[in-house]
Amino acid sequence: MTIEAQYGVPTVAMHTDKFDRVVRSVAAVNGMAELRQVFVPQPVMGKSARELRAYVDGKDPLTGRPVMQEVIEGLTTPLDGQGVGTIEYDRSTPRLVEADTEENLHRLFMENRWTDYLPIVLPTEERVAAMLAATRRKPDEVVGRMRPTHFREAWEYTVEKVAVNAVMAGARPEYFPVVLALAATGVSARGSTTSSMAAMAVVNGPIRNEIKMNAGTGALAPYNHANATIGRAYGLLSQNLQGGSVPGLTYMGSQGNNYAYNSITFPENEERSPWEPFHVQHGFRPTDSTVSVFGGCRATAYTLGLREKHWREHVRNMLRGMDPHIPPVFVLDPITARQFIDRGGFTKKDALIDWIYENARMPASEFWDYQLVQNYLYPRATFGEEPWASKLKAAPDEMIQMYRREDIHVVVVGGETNGYWRIMGASYAKTVSVDDWR
Amino acid sequence: MSTSDRITVLNPMGFAPKVLEKPLAPRLSTLDGKTVYLVDCRFDDSDVFLKQMQAWFAEHLPGVRTVFKPISSVYLLDDPTTWEEIKAKGHAAIVGVGH
Repeated sequence: MTIEAQYGVPTVAMHTDKFDRVVRSVAAVNGMAELRQVFVPQPVMGKSARELRAYVDGKDPLTGRPVMQEVIEGLTTPLDGQGVGTIEYDRSTPRLVEADTEENLHRLFMENRWTDYLPIVLPTEERVAAMLAATRRKPDEVVGRMRPTHFREAWEYTVEKVAVNAVMAGARPEYFPVVLALAATGVSARGSTTSSMAAMAVVNGPIRNEIKMNAGTGALAPYNHANATIGRAYGLLSQNLQGGSVPGLTYMGSQGNNYAYNSITFPENEERSPWEPFHVQHGFRPTDSTVSVFGGCRATAYTLGLREKHWREHVRNMLRGMDPHIPPVFVLDPITARQFIDRGGFTKKDALIDWIYENARMPASEFWDYQLVQNYLYPRATFGEEPWASKLKAAPDEMIQMYRREDIHVVVVGGETNGYWRIMGASYAKTVSVDDWR
Repeated sequence: MSTSDRITVLNPMGFAPKVLEKPLAPRLSTLDGKTVYLVDCRFDDSDVFLKQMQAWFAEHLPGVRTVFKPISSVYLLDDPTTWEEIKAKGHAAIVGVGH
């Protein structure tokens, strides 16, 4: 679209057929509904040169016409008046839904894909007003902008719009500053990526106890009202405030991700952690209340405790099982956090992160051959971006570090019923003040 | 249905930005004698696909000069250097293979 619109070069975009609706939609919302697009079968990934030549020689699976005929026509057929003017579209969103019975409204919300298909609380004016009373912010104040993918346009939302989604999720008004802070991150919990991402939200500071979140036994499970509904609100507000999360259109996760139901939302167990809280590591005071968001949450490795003889090998094995494109977040029960101190002497989180950084390694040839590394890191390496550019110079058998140190994180949560712990493959996005949204 | 059974609720959707339609570039009268850039977005083996397309041009339209051009970095980043080159040295572009 950039080459065509900004540089004036006639262009044809090639896509795989599974992306028909989404790429046409993306072109339309970017003001280029008539962009010439040609489709080949999915997948391209992993196909041999011979197989891909058959795609070139074959037909567009959507139109049944020869691929190369469409390509050539796309570059040479004169424009017929479409796509040559400047038109502004009205895309305003009404404040209210037309009045109806509760039963019909529940059906409407579901049919409009405004829910996660679990029952919602209908956002009446009274309920939304009660939610709004939990913040000093004005209802019409803009909180942020969000979008499901890099190529889509960002939608904007106000405090009131966030409140509507918080009500729908069943959140109580006292949770609202946390929900607003999540919305203020601008980070979607409903990313469109084919990789089926989910978000993870870690709450720190006094707000955890003020709203009775659970950082102990079952913290990541459905056993606490605040944990459950704040996380659900994050998902609902993401899909609705960014303009939707509809499979085939604004959501392309091939398998989907069950974590998306409540975005793995939990408070860090600061009281039982032997280390400084996560938000303090990121420049906040212990008395500040914050929420930190991560994206990814597909790969998980787990084990019980740290054995005296081979704990290092066991942790390295877990790290080697992760996709090296997404960094590790160590999610440690307090028992295991203390074991890392006992076994490795990591009296600070930073020391443990240093160890992970040094020990998460694999042969360079294997690292660069991962498909996601090829897609996202190899191009950056060839562009000269460090540290990948230097890693690209490694010999094939050289054991190179899988991650950047700054991308590795550690949080402590759990009730110490045992020393189970896990590694979550997730990218840290940002930490936002909750106090700013009280 | 009586009016008393009906309730009013708020719409949960955010506010979409306005869309301004952008004009497409004028099309070429012919590709013969022209330079077509095959722009590799460096995703999921798109390079292998575009090289097959390049071979097709060589076989079927030898009067078209093709240039295989990988973008400079990852597809998430804008690449003005490459776009400038295509504008300066090319007449048309085929970009692939995107999602």
